[in-house]
Amino acid sequence: MDFVAAINLIETRNLGKIFGGLQAVKEVNFTLPQGEIRAIIGANGAGKTTFVSLISGRQSPTSGTIFFKGVDITSQPAWKRVRLGIAYTFQITSIYPSLSVYENVAIAARAPSSWQRPKQSPSKHPSNTLANDRRDDQIDSRVAEVLNRVGLNIDARRQAGQIAYGHQRLLEIAMGLALHPELLILDEPTQGLSSSEINRVSCLIQDLRATTTILLIEHNIAMVTALADTITVLDQGRILAEGSPHAIQNNPAVQAAYLGRSLPAMS
Amino acid sequence: MKLINSGKSGKSGNSGKSVILHVLVIILLFILQFILPEYHHLIVTRVMILAIFAMGFNVLFGYTGLLSLGHALFFATGLYAAGLTVYHFEWHVVQAFVFAIFVGAAVSAVVGFISLHTTNGARTGGVAFMIVTLMFAQLLYLATIYFAPWTRGDEGLILPASARSFDFAGMHFNLINPTTRYFLAWGLLALSIMVVLKLVTSATGKALIAIRENPARTDMLGYNIFALKLYAVIISGTLSATAGAAYALLFSYIGSSFAGIQYSIDALLFTLLGGAGTVLGPLLGSFVMFYVIDIASDYTSAYHIVTGIILIVSVLFFRKGILGTIRDKWISWLP
Repeated sequence: MDFVAAINLIETRNLGKIFGGLQAVKEVNFTLPQGEIRAIIGANGAGKTTFVSLISGRQSPTSGTIFFKGVDITSQPAWKRVRLGIAYTFQITSIYPSLSVYENVAIAARAPSSWQRPKQSPSKHPSNTLANDRRDDQIDSRVAEVLNRVGLNIDARRQAGQIAYGHQRLLEIAMGLALHPELLILDEPTQGLSSSEINRVSCLIQDLRATTTILLIEHNIAMVTALADTITVLDQGRILAEGSPHAIQNNPAVQAAYLGRSLPAMS
Repeated sequence: MKLINSGKSGKSGNSGKSVILHVLVIILLFILQFILPEYHHLIVTRVMILAIFAMGFNVLFGYTGLLSLGHALFFATGLYAAGLTVYHFEWHVVQAFVFAIFVGAAVSAVVGFISLHTTNGARTGGVAFMIVTLMFAQLLYLATIYFAPWTRGDEGLILPASARSFDFAGMHFNLINPTTRYFLAWGLLALSIMVVLKLVTSATGKALIAIRENPARTDMLGYNIFALKLYAVIISGTLSATAGAAYALLFSYIGSSFAGIQYSIDALLFTLLGGAGTVLGPLLGSFVMFYVIDIASDYTSAYHIVTGIILIVSVLFFRKGILGTIRDKWISWLP
């Protein structure tokens, strides 16, 4: 494999998902090279969240195949995919509200996969440990590092359910980061954040690109244009267009899909 | 940023404090036997054994968030495994006790696997898990009646005199002596408290709490929820079976009422009252409930009315039980 310049971290072939009578994702052929920041945009109901749920394993596809580093992971449950290096942050904040901020991140830091990842191909069974009994100071420093990185400078002893909503969003990202993932899926990370917090998340994503491939679902087009290497546009469960932010901006089909206007906040 | 001594993170300073607290409780129970009159001696011995049962139940309900309505199954498994081998095969008491613990672990593993698997326990659990565990418990209850030639069903079996005293490790134990019984029950309880404390403050214990708080999130952090829940059922069931085996051997009686739903509900009530998700809650709940019933039954045969009122009051005003409320208000580091 040495002669292959770029590894496709994720590849999907004819991926489809049907809910009842609704085909939410249709025959999607998608590739995501390692090291890229990829944004997925599309109108509400275009299938963005369903599509990333199929990749993360929260939903299983009706048809098609998903590859992670060239290995078929279609039938792997979500937790195994996380152990392989795919971290997912929820669109609707999903934290441990009654536990402390510290403990929220510590649970992620203690997750079995967050310290060692099999270097060989992901087809090897991931470790079967139930939890990772690292020394407390190692967990402490990982938690502190991650909270600092997302800019969550609050008292970590506070109950997570009691902190501001924007801080909960940052905590959600911190939990994903504490896993040290190879692929970080961010599902509308800036939803409900203030503009300074949005800037903070943008800087963070920019900063992460050195170590992590990022798949970003985002409505904030200005942010997407500034950050993404490539944008994939979904429309009614299909890939409508794919290309650089500039190419997408000028794509007539994309403009038509966005109600015939130019893309919001792009000019 | 201060991370040390953080509220519920169980850092070293607090874990030191919590170990001291639990050791003090164990010492207090040890001293009690020299103070208590004979009548209470016996009650406390019984309560300590039932508390181990409730502590086992609490590992699953209080820490993992899985409500089993059939925990008498595990208690009765230990009770019958120890009692029947002593009665029919004249096994040595210690041999029967160890055997019962292993049977308890095996039954927990099988029942746990089937219950979690059939109820899609990795994702939902909930009501389906309650019903399946209840069914398994009823199965054992009916089996103890069906196999009456061996168990004598409801009437039960009184263990032979040969099982009332035994030699072990160069010492002689006489189980008719209340002090011996108290000491054995106390030792077993002390061990159980330390095992549960160690479990719930370990990384695995914290993963169980994470499952209780938000299973979907825990799944997406790479934890194997099915395996963790199964692990919790096995620890919980084995502790309960240990309590059952000790009960049979210390009080020399086994009967099908121990496999009935009343005992499953008792474990739930003791835990709810004392504080689900606290190590000492089930112990405290067992004591309070046992004495309330004891005192109330002096005045009325309908003593369950009193226990009912206490439960309603505790659910209305102390939803997290006695120790859960204390933890929320004053001692945040209580494990």
